[in-house]
Amino acid sequence: MSTIAIDKAGPRRKVKYGSMSRDRAWALRWSYFFLVVFVIFSLTPPIYMLITSLKSSAEISAATNPWWVFHPTLSNYVELLTSNQFLRFFWNSAMVSIVVVIVTMLISVPAAFALARMKFWGSATLATGVFLTYLIPDSLLFIPLFKMFALIQDLTGITLLNRWYVLLFVYPTLTVPFCTWIMIGYFASIPKELDEAAIIDGASWLQTLTRIFIPVALPGLIAATIFAFTVSWAQFLYPLVFTTSIDQLVLPVGITTTLIKGDVFNWGQIMTGALLGAAPPLIIYAFLMDYYIAGLTAGATKG
Amino acid sequence: MADVSLRKVVKRYDDVEAVRGIDLEIADHEFIVLVGPSGCGKSTTLRMIAGLEDISDGDILIGGDVVNDVPPKDRDIAMVFQNYALYPHMTVAENMSFGLRLKHYPKAEIKERVTEAARLLDITDLIDRKPKQLSGGQRQRVAMGRAIVRNPKVFLFDEPLSNLDAKLRVQMRIEIKKVHQKVRTTTVYVTHDQVEAMTLADRVVVMNKGCIEQIGTPNELYHKPATRFVAGFIGSPAMNFVPCRLEDVGGSLQIRLTDRIAFTLPPARAARYNALPRTDKLLLGIRPEHLTESHAHLEPGVETFDTVLDVTEPMGMETLVYFGLNGTPICGRVNPNAGAKDGSPMRLAMDLNNMHLLNEATGVVL
Repeated sequence: MSTIAIDKAGPRRKVKYGSMSRDRAWALRWSYFFLVVFVIFSLTPPIYMLITSLKSSAEISAATNPWWVFHPTLSNYVELLTSNQFLRFFWNSAMVSIVVVIVTMLISVPAAFALARMKFWGSATLATGVFLTYLIPDSLLFIPLFKMFALIQDLTGITLLNRWYVLLFVYPTLTVPFCTWIMIGYFASIPKELDEAAIIDGASWLQTLTRIFIPVALPGLIAATIFAFTVSWAQFLYPLVFTTSIDQLVLPVGITTTLIKGDVFNWGQIMTGALLGAAPPLIIYAFLMDYYIAGLTAGATKG
Repeated sequence: MADVSLRKVVKRYDDVEAVRGIDLEIADHEFIVLVGPSGCGKSTTLRMIAGLEDISDGDILIGGDVVNDVPPKDRDIAMVFQNYALYPHMTVAENMSFGLRLKHYPKAEIKERVTEAARLLDITDLIDRKPKQLSGGQRQRVAMGRAIVRNPKVFLFDEPLSNLDAKLRVQMRIEIKKVHQKVRTTTVYVTHDQVEAMTLADRVVVMNKGCIEQIGTPNELYHKPATRFVAGFIGSPAMNFVPCRLEDVGGSLQIRLTDRIAFTLPPARAARYNALPRTDKLLLGIRPEHLTESHAHLEPGVETFDTVLDVTEPMGMETLVYFGLNGTPICGRVNPNAGAKDGSPMRLAMDLNNMHLLNEATGVVL
């Protein structure tokens, strides 16, 4: 304490002491400012959805304060959760997403391992090619894909169109390239000596992958899993195009198809459905957030 | 355990020959060190023995069997890497037992071997830790443990101490030597550090530009180098090379270093060099410890000369002195009490009984 007092009493100098920490403090204030703006921006819609989902149709259409619930009700939730239709959408979405995640991982992890580690002719070009396919927008692809499935149906008699399981073939075109790319970056960051040590220890390629690479690259694997799940769960265009019967629809398409009748919007249930639909990814994110961030950054800097 | 033979082994990368047809016989139980500057092909040679690199030509034999096309896991070798290459998600015990578990050894035997190796390396307390909880030296011990538990025919070390600090390196060097004395497994050890090579090896293989310059015991390499490269590479500070020529003066053979300085060669040396053409451009090779302060009673073959010191480096037990001979920088080692000072004149003694004479053009020691 005494030294500080002496310093203060001493002659004023123009040297800026602690300018680093002052800069830091300002940087921190700006970060918080923008974070608050961002939080307001991104949390307003879900809060509005939550508020609306707790209102009756009469209250929604009444000219009251839209940001407050005067007569809270769970009727929207009860109606949706007891409707077989909604539960069917939910079930379809869950089935499609889980199977797609499994299929994606089964394809992209070995593919990434091969591209990252088994240096074969053209592997580098192939790795870039994998990523380029991800850059082609689905809005360009859905018509050719539809034609393809129609052709398969004509030639083989196997019905794929208007069946929920057609999505199991379509979604991996989106998820596999990106997940492979993430995993290539992650595997590439593992030191070469690690697989050499495993090879000398007597491990086969498959054992090296399953017993060394997958455990070491687990954060990357989880990041890829979350990505695949989110993409499958939220996909709208493909299910809209490939499925039409009510019992074949997945959640995003189901909600918009059944709860919007012409120009009549059942806002309470739409909001409730959307909120319930957002729950599974949210729960997964909450549990795996730390891994997800570790996975993304590691892939970004070392890939 | 087994012997290892390399016969005319070549490694080509596209047009570049990294290893140019080397022959090497490594006896059972022997500790061989491959040493050389970076890019000399020593690591490539080791990796070819391990099977991590294909060989472009020639044969590699382990225990009498040609292993050119045998995958690494079937060569019965164990390797220790520079950056340890421990599996980060496994404990020390799991790291050490990984190879045995892959080969489905009985659990009891795995436990016994791991315990024994841990005891040998003094890491028994660390057995349940993960690699990231260990220091560099401890990690290197675990890496060695992983090699030992396999009880392989051959140990391969790829610059295992390069990531450690100087003090730890000396400790681990002694550890490695102790371990080898106990397990007696044939060992091939790669390093760029000539001190490591000299201290560890039964025989040292000096490599340069993909070829073997010389194979010999540490003493042979030090006292009887075959080439200028070996003479300059082994020993620290390095051997001095001074341009010189031979002269016949009054029936005796002299070596002339400068216009002012010429020494009569001792009889043994004179006999050895007498047949050389006097016109050849030669180099005198003399180690710093054979350039000392002058005494009152000099042995035969030790000649004195006066010089002015440029720089002196007191090392404690000795002082290194630097000076020039006809523009060639020279280093000598004198007694710390000899009064050597920067910029001061000094009379030095050169022990010609330990000199080397090299052909300047070919670099061969004559």
